[in-house]
Amino acid sequence: MTFIVGVLALAAVVCAAMALRAGKALVSALWLAGTSALVAFMLYLMGAHEIAVVELSVGAGLVTILFVFAISVAGDEALDVRTVIPRPLAIGLVIAAGLLLGWFTVAQPMAGLIQPIAAPVAAPLADVLWNQRGLDVLVQIVLIFGGVLGVIGLLADSAEKPDVKGPEAGVRDQTAEEVQL
Amino acid sequence: MTWTPLTLVLIGVICLLGVGFYGLLISRNLIKIIVALQILGKAALIAFVMAGNVNGQTGQGQALAMTIIVADTIVAVVGLALAVQVRRRFGTMDIKALSNLKG
Repeated sequence: MTFIVGVLALAAVVCAAMALRAGKALVSALWLAGTSALVAFMLYLMGAHEIAVVELSVGAGLVTILFVFAISVAGDEALDVRTVIPRPLAIGLVIAAGLLLGWFTVAQPMAGLIQPIAAPVAAPLADVLWNQRGLDVLVQIVLIFGGVLGVIGLLADSAEKPDVKGPEAGVRDQTAEEVQL
Repeated sequence: MTWTPLTLVLIGVICLLGVGFYGLLISRNLIKIIVALQILGKAALIAFVMAGNVNGQTGQGQALAMTIIVADTIVAVVGLALAVQVRRRFGTMDIKALSNLKG
Protein backbone atom coordinates (compact mmCIF):
# COMPACT_ATOMS: atom_id res chain seq x y z
CA MET A 1 0.00 0.00 0.00
CA THR A 2 2.75 2.43 0.97
CA PHE A 3 4.71 1.64 -2.17
CA ILE A 4 1.69 2.09 -4.45
CA VAL A 5 0.73 5.41 -2.86
CA GLY A 6 4.32 6.62 -3.12
CA VAL A 7 4.56 5.67 -6.79
CA LEU A 8 1.20 7.33 -7.54
CA ALA A 9 2.18 10.54 -5.74
CA LEU A 10 5.51 10.66 -7.58
CA ALA A 11 3.84 9.98 -10.93
CA ALA A 12 1.24 12.71 -10.29
CA VAL A 13 3.97 15.24 -9.50
CA VAL A 14 5.94 14.25 -12.62
CA CYS A 15 2.82 14.55 -14.79
CA ALA A 16 2.08 17.99 -13.32
CA ALA A 17 5.64 19.13 -13.98
CA MET A 18 5.47 17.83 -17.56
CA ALA A 19 2.16 19.67 -18.04
CA LEU A 20 3.97 22.92 -17.27
CA ARG A 21 7.09 22.05 -19.29
CA ALA A 22 5.25 20.95 -22.43
CA GLY A 23 5.84 23.14 -25.46
CA LYS A 24 2.35 22.83 -26.90
CA ALA A 25 -0.87 23.62 -25.08
CA LEU A 26 -2.54 20.43 -26.31
CA VAL A 27 0.25 18.27 -24.89
CA SER A 28 0.02 20.26 -21.68
CA ALA A 29 -3.71 19.49 -21.43
CA LEU A 30 -3.05 15.77 -21.94
CA TRP A 31 -0.43 15.71 -19.17
CA LEU A 32 -2.95 17.48 -16.93
CA ALA A 33 -5.49 14.76 -17.71
CA GLY A 34 -2.90 12.18 -16.65
CA THR A 35 -2.40 14.05 -13.39
CA SER A 36 -6.15 14.01 -12.79
CA ALA A 37 -6.36 10.28 -13.43
CA LEU A 38 -3.51 9.56 -10.99
CA VAL A 39 -5.06 11.84 -8.36
CA ALA A 40 -8.35 9.97 -8.81
CA PHE A 41 -6.54 6.67 -8.25
CA MET A 42 -4.97 8.07 -5.07
CA LEU A 43 -8.36 9.23 -3.83
CA TYR A 44 -9.77 5.76 -4.47
CA LEU A 45 -7.00 4.18 -2.41
CA MET A 46 -7.71 6.69 0.38
CA GLY A 47 -11.30 5.45 0.59
CA ALA A 48 -12.98 8.39 -1.15
CA HIS A 49 -14.59 6.31 -3.88
CA GLU A 50 -17.31 8.77 -4.91
CA ILE A 51 -14.87 11.66 -5.08
CA ALA A 52 -12.49 9.54 -7.17
CA VAL A 53 -15.23 8.81 -9.70
CA VAL A 54 -16.24 12.49 -9.90
CA GLU A 55 -12.61 13.59 -10.25
CA LEU A 56 -11.98 11.04 -12.99
CA SER A 57 -15.07 12.01 -14.97
CA VAL A 58 -14.92 15.77 -14.42
CA GLY A 59 -11.22 16.46 -13.91
CA ALA A 60 -9.79 14.03 -16.44
CA GLY A 61 -12.76 14.02 -18.82
CA LEU A 62 -14.77 17.23 -18.95
CA VAL A 63 -11.91 19.63 -18.24
CA THR A 64 -9.71 17.97 -20.87
CA ILE A 65 -12.48 18.27 -23.44
CA LEU A 66 -12.86 21.94 -22.53
CA PHE A 67 -9.12 22.48 -22.96
CA VAL A 68 -9.12 20.77 -26.35
CA PHE A 69 -12.14 22.83 -27.43
CA ALA A 70 -10.55 26.10 -26.32
CA ILE A 71 -7.23 25.24 -27.99
CA SER A 72 -8.97 24.28 -31.23
CA VAL A 73 -10.87 27.59 -31.22
CA ALA A 74 -8.02 29.85 -30.18
CA GLY A 75 -5.13 27.99 -31.82
CA ASP A 76 -2.09 26.33 -30.32
CA GLU A 77 0.21 29.32 -29.89
CA ALA A 78 3.93 28.83 -29.33
CA LEU A 79 4.40 29.31 -25.64
CA ASP A 80 6.52 31.93 -23.94
CA VAL A 81 10.18 31.67 -23.06
CA ARG A 82 10.55 34.75 -20.90
CA THR A 83 8.91 34.69 -17.49
CA VAL A 84 6.96 37.22 -15.47
CA ILE A 85 9.48 37.24 -12.64
CA PRO A 86 13.11 36.03 -12.66
CA ARG A 87 13.32 32.26 -12.61
CA PRO A 88 15.71 32.06 -9.59
CA LEU A 89 13.31 34.21 -7.57
CA ALA A 90 10.39 31.93 -8.50
CA ILE A 91 12.36 28.82 -7.54
CA GLY A 92 13.36 30.42 -4.24
CA LEU A 93 9.78 31.35 -3.43
CA VAL A 94 8.54 27.85 -4.24
CA ILE A 95 11.26 26.21 -2.12
CA ALA A 96 10.52 28.56 0.79
CA ALA A 97 6.78 27.84 0.57
CA GLY A 98 7.43 24.08 0.35
CA LEU A 99 9.78 24.11 3.33
CA LEU A 100 7.28 26.06 5.42
CA LEU A 101 4.47 23.69 4.50
CA GLY A 102 6.67 20.68 5.14
CA TRP A 103 7.78 22.03 8.50
CA PHE A 104 4.24 22.61 9.68
CA THR A 105 2.82 19.34 8.37
CA VAL A 106 5.34 16.52 7.90
CA ALA A 107 7.70 17.50 10.71
CA GLN A 108 4.70 18.48 12.88
CA PRO A 109 6.40 20.79 15.38
CA MET A 110 2.98 21.55 16.83
CA ALA A 111 1.69 17.99 16.84
CA GLY A 112 0.52 18.31 20.41
CA LEU A 113 -1.57 21.35 19.55
CA ILE A 114 -3.35 19.81 16.58
CA GLN A 115 -6.34 17.92 17.88
CA PRO A 116 -9.63 16.92 16.29
CA ILE A 117 -12.11 19.73 16.83
CA ALA A 118 -14.96 17.32 17.52
CA ALA A 119 -15.53 13.68 18.17
CA PRO A 120 -14.86 11.66 15.01
CA VAL A 121 -18.06 11.02 13.12
CA ALA A 122 -17.84 8.48 10.34
CA ALA A 123 -20.93 9.67 8.51
CA PRO A 124 -21.34 8.64 4.86
CA LEU A 125 -20.77 11.24 2.17
CA ALA A 126 -24.41 11.43 1.05
CA ASP A 127 -25.60 12.07 4.60
CA VAL A 128 -23.05 14.83 5.15
CA LEU A 129 -23.63 16.38 1.74
CA TRP A 130 -27.43 16.59 1.94
CA ASN A 131 -28.05 17.01 5.67
CA GLN A 132 -25.05 18.91 7.03
CA ARG A 133 -23.66 20.64 3.96
CA GLY A 134 -26.88 21.64 2.21
CA LEU A 135 -25.64 25.20 1.77
CA ASP A 136 -22.56 23.90 -0.03
CA VAL A 137 -24.79 22.04 -2.50
CA LEU A 138 -26.75 25.23 -3.16
CA VAL A 139 -23.51 27.16 -3.69
CA GLN A 140 -22.32 24.48 -6.11
CA ILE A 141 -25.56 24.80 -8.12
CA VAL A 142 -25.20 28.59 -8.19
CA LEU A 143 -21.56 28.22 -9.28
CA ILE A 144 -22.50 25.89 -12.12
CA PHE A 145 -25.25 28.17 -13.41
CA GLY A 146 -23.06 31.24 -12.97
CA GLY A 147 -20.25 29.60 -14.90
CA VAL A 148 -22.55 28.54 -17.73
CA LEU A 149 -24.09 32.01 -17.96
CA GLY A 150 -20.64 33.61 -17.92
CA VAL A 151 -19.39 31.45 -20.75
CA ILE A 152 -22.53 32.06 -22.81
CA GLY A 153 -22.14 35.79 -22.28
CA LEU A 154 -18.48 35.78 -23.23
CA LEU A 155 -18.94 33.74 -26.39
CA ALA A 156 -22.14 35.50 -27.49
CA ASP A 157 -20.45 38.92 -27.28
CA SER A 158 -17.69 37.82 -29.65
CA ALA A 159 -20.19 36.46 -32.17
CA GLU A 160 -21.96 39.81 -32.43
CA LYS A 161 -18.86 41.99 -32.75
CA PRO A 162 -16.29 40.48 -35.09
CA ASP A 163 -13.04 42.43 -34.83
CA VAL A 164 -11.44 41.56 -38.13
CA LYS A 165 -12.98 43.13 -41.19
CA GLY A 166 -13.32 40.73 -44.08
CA PRO A 167 -12.95 41.58 -47.77
CA GLU A 168 -16.70 42.24 -48.04
CA ALA A 169 -16.43 44.97 -45.39
CA GLY A 170 -13.74 46.68 -47.44
CA VAL A 171 -15.90 46.52 -50.56
CA ARG A 172 -18.81 47.96 -48.60
CA ASP A 173 -16.69 50.87 -47.33
CA GLN A 174 -15.43 51.59 -50.83
CA THR A 175 -18.97 51.58 -52.21
CA ALA A 176 -20.10 54.00 -49.52
CA GLU A 177 -17.24 56.38 -50.39
CA GLU A 178 -18.14 56.25 -54.07
CA VAL A 179 -21.77 57.07 -53.27
CA GLN A 180 -20.66 60.08 -51.22
CA LEU A 181 -18.49 61.35 -54.08
CA MET B 1 10.49 9.53 10.36
CA THR B 2 8.53 6.49 9.22
CA TRP B 3 7.23 6.41 5.68
CA THR B 4 3.51 5.85 6.07
CA PRO B 5 1.00 6.30 3.22
CA LEU B 6 -0.17 9.47 4.98
CA THR B 7 3.34 10.95 4.92
CA LEU B 8 3.81 10.10 1.26
CA VAL B 9 0.46 11.64 0.34
CA LEU B 10 1.39 14.74 2.31
CA ILE B 11 4.72 15.05 0.51
CA GLY B 12 2.90 14.58 -2.80
CA VAL B 13 0.46 17.36 -1.88
CA ILE B 14 3.33 19.71 -1.03
CA CYS B 15 5.14 18.87 -4.28
CA LEU B 16 1.96 19.40 -6.32
CA LEU B 17 1.42 22.76 -4.60
CA GLY B 18 5.02 23.69 -5.38
CA VAL B 19 4.68 22.75 -9.05
CA GLY B 20 1.42 24.67 -9.40
CA PHE B 21 2.78 27.71 -7.58
CA TYR B 22 5.92 27.71 -9.75
CA GLY B 23 3.85 27.49 -12.93
CA LEU B 24 1.67 30.33 -11.75
CA LEU B 25 4.72 32.50 -11.07
CA ILE B 26 6.69 31.98 -14.27
CA SER B 27 4.09 31.44 -16.98
CA ARG B 28 2.83 34.22 -19.22
CA ASN B 29 0.55 32.03 -21.32
CA LEU B 30 -3.10 32.04 -20.25
CA ILE B 31 -3.55 28.31 -20.95
CA LYS B 32 -0.51 27.49 -18.84
CA ILE B 33 -1.84 29.68 -16.02
CA ILE B 34 -5.13 27.75 -16.02
CA VAL B 35 -3.19 24.46 -16.03
CA ALA B 36 -1.22 25.68 -12.99
CA LEU B 37 -4.46 26.62 -11.22
CA GLN B 38 -5.84 23.15 -11.93
CA ILE B 39 -2.74 21.55 -10.41
CA LEU B 40 -3.13 23.71 -7.30
CA GLY B 41 -6.79 22.65 -7.08
CA LYS B 42 -5.86 18.98 -7.27
CA ALA B 43 -3.38 19.39 -4.43
CA ALA B 44 -6.05 21.06 -2.31
CA LEU B 45 -8.49 18.26 -3.19
CA ILE B 46 -6.15 15.53 -1.93
CA ALA B 47 -5.33 17.59 1.18
CA PHE B 48 -9.00 17.93 2.16
CA VAL B 49 -9.72 14.22 1.73
CA MET B 50 -6.59 13.36 3.71
CA ALA B 51 -7.48 15.82 6.47
CA GLY B 52 -10.92 14.25 6.74
CA ASN B 53 -9.38 10.79 7.06
CA VAL B 54 -6.90 11.95 9.71
CA ASN B 55 -9.59 13.72 11.71
CA GLY B 56 -11.97 10.79 11.55
CA GLN B 57 -14.56 12.90 9.71
CA THR B 58 -14.32 11.40 6.27
CA GLY B 59 -17.71 12.66 5.12
CA GLN B 60 -16.87 16.29 5.87
CA GLY B 61 -13.59 16.12 4.00
CA GLN B 62 -15.16 14.45 1.00
CA ALA B 63 -18.05 16.92 0.89
CA LEU B 64 -15.58 19.80 0.83
CA ALA B 65 -13.57 17.98 -1.83
CA MET B 66 -16.71 17.79 -3.97
CA THR B 67 -17.14 21.57 -3.62
CA ILE B 68 -13.50 22.05 -4.65
CA ILE B 69 -14.01 19.94 -7.79
CA VAL B 70 -17.03 22.03 -8.83
CA ALA B 71 -15.29 25.35 -8.11
CA ASP B 72 -12.13 24.23 -9.89
CA THR B 73 -14.10 23.20 -12.97
CA ILE B 74 -15.94 26.53 -13.10
CA VAL B 75 -12.61 28.35 -12.79
CA ALA B 76 -11.30 26.34 -15.76
CA VAL B 77 -14.44 26.98 -17.84
CA VAL B 78 -14.51 30.74 -17.28
CA GLY B 79 -10.74 31.01 -17.58
CA LEU B 80 -10.68 29.19 -20.92
CA ALA B 81 -13.54 31.34 -22.23
CA LEU B 82 -11.56 34.43 -21.22
CA ALA B 83 -8.45 33.03 -22.89
CA VAL B 84 -10.38 32.51 -26.14
CA GLN B 85 -11.66 36.10 -25.96
CA VAL B 86 -8.19 37.50 -25.28
CA ARG B 87 -6.81 35.54 -28.21
CA ARG B 88 -9.53 36.90 -30.51
CA ARG B 89 -9.12 40.51 -29.43
CA PHE B 90 -5.35 40.78 -29.01
CA GLY B 91 -4.13 37.96 -31.24
CA THR B 92 -2.04 36.44 -28.49
CA MET B 93 -2.40 34.62 -25.20
CA ASP B 94 0.40 36.53 -23.53
CA ILE B 95 -0.82 38.20 -20.35
CA LYS B 96 1.38 41.18 -21.20
CA ALA B 97 -1.26 42.05 -23.79
CA LEU B 98 -3.74 42.54 -20.99
CA SER B 99 -1.68 45.41 -19.58
CA ASN B 100 -3.63 47.63 -21.96
CA LEU B 101 -6.51 47.30 -19.52
CA LYS B 102 -4.69 49.49 -16.99
CA GLY B 103 -6.49 52.75 -16.34
